[in-house]
Formats: sequence, structure tokens, C-alpha cells
Amino acid sequence: MSDLKTTTVEVRLPSRMGFEKVAMSTAASVAKLMGFREDRVEDLKTAVAEACINAIEHGNRLNEKLSVGVVLSAGQDSLEVKVIDDGKGMSKQPAKPDIDRKMHGEEDPRGMGMFLIQALVDEAEWVAGSNGKSSYVRLMIRLDKDAE
Amino acid sequence: MQSETKSHVDQLTSPAGHPVTVLRFEGDIASTSKDAVLGTYQALPKETAKLILLDFTKVDYINSSGIALVIQMLIEAANSAQKVYAYGLSAHFVKVFTMVGITKYAGLFPSQAEALAAL
Repeated sequence: MSDLKTTTVEVRLPSRMGFEKVAMSTAASVAKLMGFREDRVEDLKTAVAEACINAIEHGNRLNEKLSVGVVLSAGQDSLEVKVIDDGKGMSKQPAKPDIDRKMHGEEDPRGMGMFLIQALVDEAEWVAGSNGKSSYVRLMIRLDKDAE
Repeated sequence: MQSETKSHVDQLTSPAGHPVTVLRFEGDIASTSKDAVLGTYQALPKETAKLILLDFTKVDYINSSGIALVIQMLIEAANSAQKVYAYGLSAHFVKVFTMVGITKYAGLFPSQAEALAAL
């Protein structure tokens, strides 16, 4: 992929738990072709999986008549991933998970997906779709992390 | 689509002579893993299983729902005066467990031998 300008790969997933792994594997394949370091590929895999899980579970509410779109756009020095669902999008971002509060029963043990996404990629934004549909999360991971 | 989570329990003794209950997992740790993770843990005798070691060597995929199951186990263990440790996580999942704070409540080790030596 040395002559890569912007190459797009699209995957469409059923809204069924477990299919996030298809997007995860595809994203990993693209990232490896682009030359991402193995640890960054692992970061991307988890971020993409969590984004797809949110889209399946919260965006499409596990409605198997709806699908989740995953668009990977490989540029020269970065990979952008959009995960699109038919939900209304996030009204507000959840607070950062607090393990002490979870351990003391003051916070749901779940609810770490968005935190992991933000922590593992270089950019993450949640965009509510117009008409209350086609919301998406956009992730960006930069190849220059290799230089670190 | 998610690979079924398998689990089994081994009873070991640490070099210091302490009984250690090892929960070995295999497959994905996800929302479908409740029985394999929490069910297996809850079946342990709380009076005698005081040191619990989680073996993730054969686990390739852990998502946030799976991490939540581990946290639920840690909550129950803390309430039963049990101590939980883990080994066999990939470098990536050591990072993820550290990010979410699990390492504050469960010590992580690279291998079973290193975990047992510390218990």
C-alpha cells in the first residue's frame, strides 16, 4: 500500500453482538497494511470493537433489521474509522469510569466503552445524525505514533 | 458469533504453602460470558477459596462487557474477603486493565509461576 492516497473499505454488520469482531478484524488488516505498529493495531481493534458494540446495542438497540456501517478511510498517515448506526446519537458523554465507585456499588460496573475508545485512539468524536438517524462515531488513529 | 467462553478450576498450592484456586478461561470474555466468569466464581466455596488466580492465557478477546464481569467478580470477592490476581493477559489487555483501574484491586502477573511465587 505504498502508493496509498485515500483508500476506503466499507463493512456492513448485522446488529447482533459478536459481529463487532468482523469490523475489528477488518480494521486490523487495513492498519497492518498501512504499517501500524502491533500495539497500535491492538488499540485500534479494541476501539473499533467498542464503537460497534455501542452502535449495535445502543444505536440500533439490537434490532437485526438495522445494520451498522463501518467505513475505514486509509490516508497516507492516518486511518479514520466511522461507525454509523440508526440511533439518535449521544446526548452527552458519560463520565470517566471510576473503579472505586464501581467497587463500592456507586457506579454501574459497565459503561467503559466510550472511555476506552477515547483513551486508545488519537481522536474520537460522536456526531448525532440529522433527523435523529445515521449517527456516527468517528475515530482517527495516526501512523506517526510509530515514531515514538 | 462470539466464541463460547470455557472455564475450569484448578487447585494449586503456592510455594509459600497457601492454597490457590485458579480459574482458567478460554475463548472470548464478553457479555455472553456471565456463566463462565461469574457462575464459575460463584460456585467456589467462599470459606476456603481465599486466594483466586484468573488465567487469561487462552483468552484472545475481552470487551468492555467482559471487563465489567471481571469487576463484578472483584466486588463479590472483596465482600467475601477473597483476594483476586490474574496472569496471562496480553500486553494490550494489561494496558486496558490498568486504564480502567482493575490493577488497583487485582494484581497482574506475567505467568502462573510468577503469580504463585508472590502468593
